[in-house]
Formats: sequence, C-alpha cells, structure tokens
Amino acid sequence: MTNFWSKLSIKQKLAITAWFFLAVPLVFYVTIRFYPTFEAFYVSTLKWNLLGVKKAIGLKNYVKIFADEDFWLVLWNTTKYALVGVPISMIIAFVIAYWLNEIKFGHNLIRAMYFIPFLTTAVAMAWVWRWFYQPLPIGYFNILLSWIGIPQQPFLKSVTQGLYSIMAPAVWAGLGFQIVIFIAGIRAIPRSYFEAAEIDGAGRWQILREITLPAMKPTIIFLTVISTIGFLRIFDQVYTMTADSAGGPLNSTKPLVLMIYEFAFDEFKIGRASALTVILFLILLMVSLMQLWLMRKHK
Amino acid sequence: MNDFNATMARLERAQPGKVILWTLLFIGGVIMITPIIFMVSTSFKTGQEVYELSIIPQKPTLENYIFILQESKFMRWMLNSLWVATFSTASVLFFDSLVGYTLAKFDFRGRQIVFVAILSTLMIPTEMLIIPWYMMSRSFGWIDTYWGIAFPGLMTGFGTFLMRQFFMNLPDELIEAARIDGWSEFAIWSRIAMPLVIPALSALAIFHFLGNWTAFLWPLIVINDLDLYTIPVGIASFNGEFQMDWEVVMTASCLATLPTLLVFLVLQKFIIRGIMLAGLKG
Amino acid sequence: MKWLKSAFTLVVSGTSLLWSGLVHAVEIEYWQYTYASRVEAVDKLIQNFEAANPDITVKHTHFPYADYRKKVAIAVSAGDGPDVVQLYYGWLNDYRDGGLIQPLSSSAFPHANIEKDFFPMVGTMKVNGEYWGLPTAVRSLALFWNKDMFSEAGLSGPPETLDEFVDYAKKLTKTDANGNYLSVGFAVDTDGQDHHWWREVLIRLYGGAPYSDDGKTVTYTSEAGAQALKFLTDFETTHKVGSNGFMNRGQDAFAAGKAGMVLDGSFRISKFVKQEGLNFAISELPGHNGKRYNFSSYWVNGITSKAADEKKEAAEKFLQYLTSDEAMQLWLDTVGELPAKPAVALVDANKDHPLYGPFIRGLSYANATAFVSEKPQRQSLIDAYDMVVLQGVDPASALAKVAKSEQEVFNEFFE
Repeated sequence: MTNFWSKLSIKQKLAITAWFFLAVPLVFYVTIRFYPTFEAFYVSTLKWNLLGVKKAIGLKNYVKIFADEDFWLVLWNTTKYALVGVPISMIIAFVIAYWLNEIKFGHNLIRAMYFIPFLTTAVAMAWVWRWFYQPLPIGYFNILLSWIGIPQQPFLKSVTQGLYSIMAPAVWAGLGFQIVIFIAGIRAIPRSYFEAAEIDGAGRWQILREITLPAMKPTIIFLTVISTIGFLRIFDQVYTMTADSAGGPLNSTKPLVLMIYEFAFDEFKIGRASALTVILFLILLMVSLMQLWLMRKHK
Repeated sequence: MNDFNATMARLERAQPGKVILWTLLFIGGVIMITPIIFMVSTSFKTGQEVYELSIIPQKPTLENYIFILQESKFMRWMLNSLWVATFSTASVLFFDSLVGYTLAKFDFRGRQIVFVAILSTLMIPTEMLIIPWYMMSRSFGWIDTYWGIAFPGLMTGFGTFLMRQFFMNLPDELIEAARIDGWSEFAIWSRIAMPLVIPALSALAIFHFLGNWTAFLWPLIVINDLDLYTIPVGIASFNGEFQMDWEVVMTASCLATLPTLLVFLVLQKFIIRGIMLAGLKG
Repeated sequence: MKWLKSAFTLVVSGTSLLWSGLVHAVEIEYWQYTYASRVEAVDKLIQNFEAANPDITVKHTHFPYADYRKKVAIAVSAGDGPDVVQLYYGWLNDYRDGGLIQPLSSSAFPHANIEKDFFPMVGTMKVNGEYWGLPTAVRSLALFWNKDMFSEAGLSGPPETLDEFVDYAKKLTKTDANGNYLSVGFAVDTDGQDHHWWREVLIRLYGGAPYSDDGKTVTYTSEAGAQALKFLTDFETTHKVGSNGFMNRGQDAFAAGKAGMVLDGSFRISKFVKQEGLNFAISELPGHNGKRYNFSSYWVNGITSKAADEKKEAAEKFLQYLTSDEAMQLWLDTVGELPAKPAVALVDANKDHPLYGPFIRGLSYANATAFVSEKPQRQSLIDAYDMVVLQGVDPASALAKVAKSEQEVFNEFFE
C-alpha cells in the first residue's frame, strides 16, 4: 500500500485526496438530491394525481405546457423579476456595503438595520407591505406620493405595477444578505493590495475600479448567480401578497414556481408540475452556466 | 446623548464627508427597518387597534405574547428549531467548506462536473422534492424524528458555492508552502485555509441557520407530533381555514425573529474581524 | 392540586391501558386540521365515544390548516395516515379517484336514511351510487351589517332585496373630499366569499345556473351570468361603494368598522364578536324577485381505504357517532358550525339564534357547488372580476374567456 502510494505522482495523490474528501458528500448528494431530481424528470412523463395510479403519457405534459398561453406570460414575469431585480438589488447592496465598510462609528448597528429584514418571516412582512400599498388615506406610499404631488397609484391592484410592487419587498428582504456577502468579500481582499495602491498615489475611484472590483470577482460571481437563481425562483412574496395567493391580478405577477406549486398542490397534477420543474431547472442551469462562463472569460 | 454629540463633533472636525455618509446610511437603515417597527408595534396591539396604523399602540398590551406562550408549546418548538438548526448548521459548516475547498484548490478531472452538479441542486424547488423525501423517510423510519427534519439540509449547494468562491481568493502559494512543510491535506484545510475564511463561514452560518429556522414545508410533512413542531409549523397552527389574527401572527414573528437576531449579532463580529486577525497569524 | 390531578390522570390512564389490553382494544386514527375549537370538539367527541365503546380507542392527530391538504395527500398516498379523515367536500373527487377512501357500506349507512336525515346538499357526496363521506356540520353564507353605521345612515334594518342592497351600500359609503374611501358601503372581496355568492346565489337569482345538472359543463356564460357579474363589479365601477381589497380583506374592513356590510360564513362570527366596539347584526342574504339562494359547503368525514376488518368496523362506528344528532349539537355549541341534519339544525333554539339563526335558515335554500378542482374554479371569478374592473372588458366577454379555461378543467377531469 505504502509502496503504491509512493509511486503516484503528486498530481495523482492530490486527485485521490480530492475524491476522498468528496466521498461522503457525493453519497449524500446522489441519494438526497440527484435521485429526487431524476424522479422529477421521470414523473414529468406521467399523468399522476399523487393519489391514484401513474399513467405514462410521454411528452404530453410538455406539449400542454407549451400550448398554454399562461405559461408564456408566467415565463415572461419570471424573467422580469430577474432582469430588473438582480441588477437593482446588487447595485444598491454594493453601494451600501462599500460605504458601510468605510464607517466605524455605529457600524454594527447600521449593518444590523440593513440585515434585520432578512431575518423576518415573509408572511408577517407581506401583511405590512400590503398595508403600505393601500390607497389613500390609509396607504403610506400613496400618502408620501401625495405630499410630492404625484397622483395616487394602484400598486398591487394593477397589471402593470403589481409585479414591481412585489419585487420591492423581495429586494428589501434580500438586501441584507447581499450586503453581508459584499462586506465579507471586501474584507477578504488582502490589505497589502490597498497599501501598494496608496503608495502609488491612486485615487479612490481608481482603487475601486482597478483593485477592489477585480479582487472581488469571486464574490460578485457568487452573488450574481445566487441572486439570479433567487429571483427566478421567487415565490414567498407573491404567495403571501397577492389575493388568494394566485399571482394576480390576472396572473400578472405569477412566477414559475408559483405555477408549479399550483399544479402540484392545488390541482394535484404532479406530472405537469414535474414537467414545469424540469423546464425551470433547465432554464436555471443554462443561465447560471452562462453567467459563470461569461464572467470567467473576462479574467 | 452628550457623549454621542461629542463623538459626532469630533468626527465632523475630522472628516465632514464621513458625517454626511454616516447620516445617509443611517437614514437608509431607518427606512429598512420601518416595516419591522410596524411588526413589533402590531404585536403589542389589541385586536381592534390592529387596524389603526399608528406606530405607537394607544393601549399597549402583552396579551398576545401571553396568549402564545401560554396557549401553545412555543418554547418547546423554539428548542426544536434551535436544535435542528444548530445541528444542521454545524454539518453544513464542515461539509460545505470541505467540498468548497476541494473544488477550489484541488485540480482533478471531473472537478467542473462535480461543481455544476452540486450547484444544480439550487435549481429544483423544494416543493418537488418533498414527495421522494417523504418516501425515503418512511422506509428508514425517520418520520417524527429530529433527524428526519434535518437530513435534507445537511449539505447545501449554496454553502458549497459560497465557500468555493472564498477559497478561490486564497493565494495558492500559501497552500504550496504548507505542503512543502509536510502538512497533511486535511490539516492544510482545517488549520490554514479555514481560519482565513472565517468571515465567509460566519456568513454561511447565519444564512443556513436562518434558512433552517424559517423552513416550513418539509418539517410540516415529516412531523406529526405536536411536540416536535418547529417554529414556522407552530406559527401556522395558529391560523385556521379562514382565520388569521394578525396581531398573533406578528407576535409570533417577533418571537421567532429574536433568536435569529441574537445569532446574527453574535456572528456578525466575525464577518468583519476574522480576516485581519487570521491574516496576521497565517 | 396539580400533582393530585396528574397522579389521578396517571392512575386512570394506567388502568385504562390495562383494561384495553385485556379486552383487546382496536385503535383507529382520526385526522383533522388544527383549530382550537375543532380540536376541543373532537376531543370531547372521542371521550364520549370511547366511554360508550371501551374496546375502541381513537387517536386524534391534527395539522396546521395551511398545508393540511398536502400533508394528508402525501401521507395517505404513501399508505400512512388515518383510518377516518376529515376532508373538504370539494376535494372528495381527488381522493375517490385515487382510491384512497372507500365508499360507506350501505349496511352501516343506509342510503334511505342519509337522504331522509341530511340536508339535500349532502347529495354531492353520492357518486356512482355510493356515499363517500358524511359531514358533522355544514356552513352557509349570511350578511353581516354594522348597526352603528346603519343607524348613522338612517337605515333601520338589513336589505331584503338586491336593489335595496345596492341602495343601502350607497348610503353607507363615506369618502373624503377627493373621493377616497373613508369607509365602504359593501366590502367587495373576491378573495373571500364573493365568488361563492356570485356562482351559487347571484346567477341563480338572475335566473341562470353556474353549471349544467351533470356538473360537466360551464353554463354561466348566459345572460344571467353576465348580469350577476355586472351586479358585483358595479359596486366598484359604477356605484363606487367599495373597492376589492380595501383594507386588504373584506373581513378586516368590517372588523375595523370601515365597511357597512360584508358577506361571510358562520366561522367569522367569533372574530367579529371579539372585536370590541363593533356593533353588528347578521341577516339572511338578500333575495331578488321573491327568490332566495345560498351557498353551502362542508367538511366530510371519510373512511380511508387502509381501514380493514375490525378497524373498518371501528371506523364505521366512530363515523356513525360523528354524524349523530348529539355530535352535531356539540359541534354547533363548540365550533359554531351548523348541524348537517334539518332535525338538529331547525329546532327553534337554533333557528332563532341571533347569530346562527340566519345561517341555519339559509341552509334550507342552499346549494353546494360540485367542484372538480376548487382553486382554478375559484380563480375564474377572481379573473373575470379583474378583467372588468381593471381592464374595462365587458362582463360577457370576460366570462366567455374564463369559462373557456374552466371548461378545460372539467374536460380534463372527466376525460
């Protein structure tokens, strides 16, 4: 044995060590994660109401989904959540994290203030936000608007504003998470980088662009991918804030995961829900891989 | 207050820009917690005052807290959640960082595939996993056990990805040097690499603890016994088919948020402090 | 004292354990959703039942309502779960289709007796010549009205007809100088009970029917359906006496004293009674052209297919007790849901009860919708309403559109 081990090249030794480290986790992932995922792939070809017999129907579930005009609306809604939600939340989070990192007085207090929304339960917060969105004279947002002379807005009761009115609390709740990761990322940059730059007499903007941002690339990649997945999987806020948890008015705020949920547990069409899950899975995988690949290229 | 003013004055003399910055960030923070202030204030309101959207309750009452703490097994549920979340967080800190480190710092064939496969676990909604998990728990006898609640979250794609990204920041030279010094791979990970990513570990601990603390669907499905409920399942049991008393929901949320807030306040120091101390030691 | 009580309990439970061991007890399991008064009622019922049947023990388990349905479906489909289960009547089709519940044997539950004793809407439980479940209690809708707001508006009693209803709603509405609602005359709430009102009451009042008699075809695309929808949307668009979602939910607006009238079920009474300073009364739903209709729904108790032999016998006995007159009265007194048999419900004490009376009187002219899938069917009205109010579509075309998707739900179910 020792003999065999000593014959291996360093590279081979490292590879074996790596697989050794991965062994237990891989067993876990295969049984607890991958297997149920494959199960979903399989069930997507069945007609099954969870309670009765399973009937193989080939790709019929997919055909039905693609023929359903609601699906395309829901897909577009989901895209909007991500396309608007990700950049807005990341930019706000970065600006706050960057400046928060500069201050020392009351730093912990202020950071906690930004993080607390992340700790709260969606259902309780949804209630508060729904009150904020009420019309005059009750709703605070409309009161604020009336102070600056803007006419009252319907917010949740509108097919055009509803989606953004739900996105706002989603951004709000996730901001603390992004800020904490950004700060951890900033703090992970070795001090020496900055010292060197300061000696060279670089300005703040230059340091940000040439040192901070490039050094934070792994953090930025991580947050982009995770936030995109998060917004594409948005559910809680829509479920708790829309009437009858239906993603209304008129499906204008309904995301894919809510549609999956409705198929699975309101109508017990497990096959259709699985097919939709597979579609969501493929979209997420494609988007994530593309992001990872694009950001890697700019190295 | 005087002390505060003196501090601010000193600051202002030094850097007026910082004071403006501080004020802006503070105002932003106040905006962030406004909805939460409403939650807290509602929890001290009586049933009829709930509909007055005043911030300060006119007739503050502890009734809701007394109701929850007396009428339910809230403390018991809290302990259940605490135990499950702590256990699962410990597991995640160990395994996710081990896997994340392996994926970041070892070069071997199949690395990318393993990474993408683990990452792909983030792309399936939990709703679609509970049925197979239930069948699994049933055949292994995990229903109505702590282990049953915890097992799906013992390792996560999220944590692995987070740790991988932070380990990628570490200079390779450090690890090479340790190898030359004859350190074992496990020791390099646990004694050199890990201390350098304490901020990320703290962040992961907070996120995972919280995620477990608020997990609802799976604990509901796997638990039948009232004594084993976790906090979110317990909170849901206050609501009937058509009945939802908001002051009770708000009170329960306040109570449920407290422990996570404590965890955050304890751990947040490490997010900032960790790296510099470790950097010196390393 | 406490120790004495627990010592006593210990002795009693010890003895009963011993006892049950001796007589070979059968244990059956009963599931329902968690709600304090329902849990209390079932505990009492089990106590009574066990006293009368010492050879049977009933284990009572309950889960949060939020996901009760999911929980039951997953457990039962895996072969776990209860012997007797409480289900919403609208879910029955799924369970029957899946072979998860068994028909009630006609020896233990003779059909003639069911048809003689229960309210007619329980007939929805008869499919393919068999009964699949029976309720302890039923529900109906009634009009809640705010007495103080009524007298302030110079109104002395509740509206009796739809025309009066609109008229009263107008008088009850208060707005500020800019036309914003300070309080609404009628709290429209499509998220609440209004879709039932539209489907089973309004359409029928206008002379139509929501579905064909065999329950396989959508028929609300008629003139009557459109009139009924217009009646509902007019509150918001024409009369301006209320706004869907005002104060989030109709019940909240009413509880806050900011709605003159709201439609709701008897389960809401306890919430409004608790509300200090809310002075309200309840009356039957307004009629039209001398006719009245109501909507009824209920939870049924079914026997799961896993119960066999002696467990099945025990389950039947328990179900017989759950649907006995005694159990129904206990349920009304504890939970506040209405007895499912006219003989129990329509006694004078119940019929003239100031709170339950209007609901109980409503039962005699109520229909229960035979849902094939409640959620998407409920969504039809919510969507039709939004199309009319938010997008200005005319009621008939809005209905034509939602009817198409609802019909697909039927077709898929019956294919």
